[in-house]
Amino acid sequence: MDPVEPTDSELIAAVLRGDTACFEQLITKYQPRVFATARRYARRDDEVEDIVQEVFLKAYQKLSSFRAEAPFEHWLMRLAVRTCYDFLRDHQRNRETSFTEITDAEDDWLERHAEDPDGSDEKATEAKELVDKVLEKMSPAGRLVITLLEIEDRSVKEIAELTGWSVPLVKVRAFRARAEMKKLLTKLMKDKKL
Amino acid sequence: MNTANLNKKLIAAARHHGTSDRVPYAFEKRIMAHIKDLRPVDVWALWGRALWRAAAPCVAITLIIGVWSFQSRDSEVAQLKSADLETTVLAPMDNLGDVW
Repeated sequence: MDPVEPTDSELIAAVLRGDTACFEQLITKYQPRVFATARRYARRDDEVEDIVQEVFLKAYQKLSSFRAEAPFEHWLMRLAVRTCYDFLRDHQRNRETSFTEITDAEDDWLERHAEDPDGSDEKATEAKELVDKVLEKMSPAGRLVITLLEIEDRSVKEIAELTGWSVPLVKVRAFRARAEMKKLLTKLMKDKKL
Repeated sequence: MNTANLNKKLIAAARHHGTSDRVPYAFEKRIMAHIKDLRPVDVWALWGRALWRAAAPCVAITLIIGVWSFQSRDSEVAQLKSADLETTVLAPMDNLGDVW
């Protein structure tokens, strides 16, 4: 018979008592979710690994501030989103607005979409590559809001909790992010003469 | 071409593909190796250390100002300066009657 797995609260209490090894079980349990979140904001493997490592190191250092009012996972995901935002702000590279690095396959997808907007395949890898390139050109706040609001389909209130921003600030940033995305797509179409 | 339609398609593509939750082999061991070099943050210890570090410069500044004020206490220039300072600080009080 398998021994009963300790709960998150038990593991956290053990870590705070000095049993550092218990933190490994928390890492093992939650690292897939943190990796999936980090991969939304960073493409290179070494960058993703650095973000995840930072999230867990911060979690360990701030563990005594965890109040257990919400599940540990929520607290950890807040840390993860804020660490990803810090990463975006520190790596504001490649934000020139020209789309010169678009591949032929992506170009073809755009042309097909221009000819038949409803028939273009959103399941195509080229579409995913294109959206990644557009998001890379956005401001850190804009990218974060579009990812959370449009791609992850989270509510404004959830985004406010995850980011630490107020609800009106999320709304303002969402409005600006959508305008920024529209401007980038207009530029993309203009560059490709579509 | 309509940007709204393109936006909708691209967001749908991002939703469809999602992101991988694959974890590199023994990644938790790597984090634990870093954690062994760390200790949980003790806020009181941090405050204590910062205050102790600030104590020496504060004492030094107090001594310098004390010596300087002691030496210049009787000089005529210092008396003039203190009179000027007092006049400047109390200037709004002198004009208080004009306001009413």
